[in-house]
Amino acid sequence: MRPSMNLSHFEAAILFALFASVVLGVVTKKTDHERLRYGLRCFAYFVVALVGLGWLMWLGHR
Amino acid sequence: MSSKAATAGQAPAVPVQSWAKIVLAAWLVPGAGHFMLKRPGRGGLLLGSVALMFFFGLLMRGTMFHWQTGDMLTTVIYCGGFLADLSNGLLYLLTVWFGYNQPDMAGHVHDYGTKFLVGAGLLNILAIIDAYEIATGKKD
Repeated sequence: MRPSMNLSHFEAAILFALFASVVLGVVTKKTDHERLRYGLRCFAYFVVALVGLGWLMWLGHR
Repeated sequence: MSSKAATAGQAPAVPVQSWAKIVLAAWLVPGAGHFMLKRPGRGGLLLGSVALMFFFGLLMRGTMFHWQTGDMLTTVIYCGGFLADLSNGLLYLLTVWFGYNQPDMAGHVHDYGTKFLVGAGLLNILAIIDAYEIATGKKD
């Protein structure tokens, strides 16, 4: 059966990063402020890794 | 505090009854443990994140892993994937009971779907551990 939701690599990875960051932020820190900051930092790390790995793969395919 | 625990310098053991229901609820419904522990904000975020990730995985027609053993890599991937899928609790059980059976197919969307289903289960394990730690007083 064909997928009823068709996302690009980037969109799917960003969604994955968003959900994972929310959960990591909620379960890791002690105060709401720390949770928000940690969640945002995790999301930023995910995005940096995503863009970095994307460039690496692009360079590897040249 | 028992004398053994006192001599070993360990915290006293928390009775199983105080956390078993919370852990079970947290497994069955993501975030339910936090709701039972009067932390509705965090429970809502966990429920939303895990459930949405699971539903997106279904919409992308991800594959559910089945228990399968063989060589080391097969055992780790299939048994680990099955346990991660199972960690979604009722979301997984209802999906299987309603007959969802997506064969493994080529394509990045199917692959992401499978990873979303597994990832949702792994995130729910984190939520279960968090609920357990709150219930046993190790964490606020």
